[in-house]
Amino acid sequence: MMTPQNEAELADLVAAAAGPFRIVGGGTRPVGRPVEGDTLSAAKMSGIVDYEPGALTLVARAGTPVEEIEAALAAEGQRLPFEPMDHRGLLGTSGIPTIGGVVAANVSGPRRMAVGAARDFLLGVRFVDGMGRRLKNGGRVMKNVTGYDLVKLAAGSYGTLGVLTEVSFKVLPVPETIATLELSVADGAVAQVAMTRALTSPFEVSGAAVLPGEARLRVILRLEGFAGSVAYRAEQLSALLADLGTVSRIEDAAANAALWQGVRDVVALSGCDLVWRVSATARDLRAGVLEPLQAKTNSLVQLDWAGALGWIGMTAAQAEATGGAKAVHERIQQMVADRAAVPGGGHATLIKGPDDLRADVSVFQPEAPAVAALAQGVRAKFDPKGIFNPGLMG
Amino acid sequence: MQMPEPNLSVLSRKARIVSRLLEVLPNDAVIHDEAETRAYECDALTAYRCPPLVAVLPSTTQEVADVLRICHAEGVPVVPRGSGTSLAGGALPTADCVILGVARMNDVIEVDYDNRFVRVQSGRTNLSVTGAVEADGFFYAPDPSSQLACAIAGNIAMNSGGAHCLKYGVTTNNLLGVTMVLMDGTVVELGGAHMDAGGLDLLGVICGSEGQLGVVTEATLRILPKPEGARPVLMGYDSNEVAGQVVSDIIKAGVLPVAIEFMDRPCIRATEAFAKAGYPDCEALLIVEVEGSDAEIDEQLALITEIARRHNPVELRESTSAEESARIWLGRKSAFGAMGQINDYMCLDGTIPVSQLPYVLRRIGEMSKEYGLGVGNVFHAGDGNMHPLILFDANKPGDLEKCEAFGADILRLCVEVGGCLTGEHGVGIEKRDLMVDQFEPDDLDIQMSVKDVFDPQWLLNPAKVFPLGSSETRRSQALAAE
Ligand SMILES: Cc1cc2nc3c(=O)[nH]c(=O)nc-3n(C[C@H](O)[C@H](O)[C@H](O)COP(=O)(O)OP(=O)(O)OC[C@H]3O[C@@H](n4cnc5c(N)ncnc54)[C@H](O)[C@@H]3O)c2cc1C
Repeated sequence: MMTPQNEAELADLVAAAAGPFRIVGGGTRPVGRPVEGDTLSAAKMSGIVDYEPGALTLVARAGTPVEEIEAALAAEGQRLPFEPMDHRGLLGTSGIPTIGGVVAANVSGPRRMAVGAARDFLLGVRFVDGMGRRLKNGGRVMKNVTGYDLVKLAAGSYGTLGVLTEVSFKVLPVPETIATLELSVADGAVAQVAMTRALTSPFEVSGAAVLPGEARLRVILRLEGFAGSVAYRAEQLSALLADLGTVSRIEDAAANAALWQGVRDVVALSGCDLVWRVSATARDLRAGVLEPLQAKTNSLVQLDWAGALGWIGMTAAQAEATGGAKAVHERIQQMVADRAAVPGGGHATLIKGPDDLRADVSVFQPEAPAVAALAQGVRAKFDPKGIFNPGLMG
Repeated sequence: MQMPEPNLSVLSRKARIVSRLLEVLPNDAVIHDEAETRAYECDALTAYRCPPLVAVLPSTTQEVADVLRICHAEGVPVVPRGSGTSLAGGALPTADCVILGVARMNDVIEVDYDNRFVRVQSGRTNLSVTGAVEADGFFYAPDPSSQLACAIAGNIAMNSGGAHCLKYGVTTNNLLGVTMVLMDGTVVELGGAHMDAGGLDLLGVICGSEGQLGVVTEATLRILPKPEGARPVLMGYDSNEVAGQVVSDIIKAGVLPVAIEFMDRPCIRATEAFAKAGYPDCEALLIVEVEGSDAEIDEQLALITEIARRHNPVELRESTSAEESARIWLGRKSAFGAMGQINDYMCLDGTIPVSQLPYVLRRIGEMSKEYGLGVGNVFHAGDGNMHPLILFDANKPGDLEKCEAFGADILRLCVEVGGCLTGEHGVGIEKRDLMVDQFEPDDLDIQMSVKDVFDPQWLLNPAKVFPLGSSETRRSQALAAE
């Protein structure tokens, strides 16, 4: 394994090597088609470079452990607003998640729906491209439209465009109070009504999820802010949902933190051998994918982002009973493609599955040919030798 | 400002190009008479003007694709245009270009409240997007001051911001998808109504690409339920340092105002004389606005005013009525107009780390004396996005050049303290030649290589964003290949 200590060393290494490389941060998120190549780890390029709480900005080297960043922020009463998921529980991996990995996979949790994803809080990146050039884009200020926004492109590129060395973020204060409203409902349609009502109200819900239950579903809605404001909104929202069932309230801070961390990390599905992540409008996801799928198969579903993000889990045996994992995978991606109002209007990714399956299918949703050609063209510019995680995204 | 020499071969083929365009567009959508093309000779950076060869006003994505296919085949540069309010010269034509205006494309295609998005044609104005949904209690958040006029197309191209983006983000944070036509006429869909990219986030690069990668014809935008209410508080201070500290303390206290606006003394005086908003005569003025129900607003404002008081304000005025709120905002909203009453002005747009505010304002004051040109500062303080307004006299020989040199020095200062050349107006031609002060040649090369992918012939708005020297090889190779 190669572990460059700094950006200069990394650049020299890349310029000299023939590759290919399998790029890792903490190695906790093995998402995508398995990559053949020498392991290149960013973990040694670590440490917070600059943190200005009064300006809400933080700069860190890519290999910095997420927990180190979260601790530094917590000491100032701030946080990464997009609530990055820890994949270890779901994927059964070990290691230390790094901030570079968060960026590379654009990892965002329940609050994405309200405030934005990792890419929305990412202000700047430094990276080494496939020719060993040390490059930067964006910066450390909150508003910046100077030149093309390659920062967004870096987020979610899974190491296929370059090796990140430094990232800067906008951060936000931790609110004073958090409360969760909980509603037990009979089916997905009612759950969706509850979430839609909450999200079309002015009461600023910062999390809206549906957890699988034995017979009934658990709808949870999160409110954050100053104590008076949270109490007021909880009151208003409870009234708004009263006709759908009994609304209970979770007010204990630790219980709230644990609950939403569980949603963030999709613990409900950690017993599954196969997990898909489907992003589509709540409308398309429910009618186009979940209802037809659940009519025919046994699966476990967690909804987040008020129904616009679905996590679908199955055991190997359940998939086998439905024609095999590959067939299920292709069926889910086909359903997304058929349903989307515009081509590419949603996508399904196989997040967890055995290596041989991930090597055999298109892990990421296939794109329209013209879009795929653009993406391929961009990759060829950033990594002309094709040495960074080749094939990982298809 | 230097622009490339027009392509003589294109100029000589004007008649043929016009007749080909007339084959795919109605007569009234092809403007080629020299008296009429003048209407498109500039955007809001009026110091630079050049009528285009032709201007076209398509009505559909198909027509846009037809136009681009023809221009691609003829090797004609294309400059996309929304409403022409760019302050950076983004929509400035060249003599050999076709201006492709999307002003006729302003339909609302789909409104979906349950899923909270709206899909519009890109020529629709920013304010009329909100206009289409506000009766039902929704709004589109990014609110550039030019929102009455500017189009969503231009907002996407420039990744525009507004006074309320401290809380809601800028265009890129509220844009879910686009329909876009590539220079060769290929129509692509990027994103959709869902919330993240399934592969590379190409949509993220399109936003802010200043019309150089494709022509956006439709956009899916996130809409939000309107807050129950909003209320501003106005505070005045004796020094910029103290006002800067107040901003930082408010942010650290955990309040997230929707807006924190800052004006300095020259700007306060000018707006007072012009709009009579009743502003105090002081060194620095802050307008802080919060949202929510009455009780929630009270809760937040109590905290904010407590912080404000700790720093001995010369004035602290919490709005108690809609009229008072409007009066507090009146001065800020008429700041540009007020400065325009005094003289011609140039509006800059750099961003700095918030902690550098007092230093940068002091340096700007010193430079103002050195250059002998007045300057007023009004800006979005919460995010460090400054708008120094430099006053000059366009009729006085040499004044514009002096003003531009002063402006360039201010922007270099922004970069020097860790900020950037432009926070929301874009590079266009205005900051094009300063890009080398912020970026190394390789940083620019990787950006230009993205354009190589989307527009290999460099026909779309080619003379913008990148210094002509940096882009020359690419532009001339493309020309030679033709
Ligand atoms: C008084 C005033 C106040 C302003 N206030 C603000 C403010 O608060 N915040 C802010 O961010 N900006 C502000 N601006 C700047 C300006 O309004 C914005 O940049 C706006 O987004 C430009 O929109 P437009 O439709 O006028 O675009 P245009 O000026 O027509 O074009 C701008 C750029 O967009 C490109 N473009 C246009 N249409 C397309 C298309 N269909 N596809 C691809 N590219 C396209 C053009 O080529 C050009 O590069 C202000 C301007 C003025 C005059």
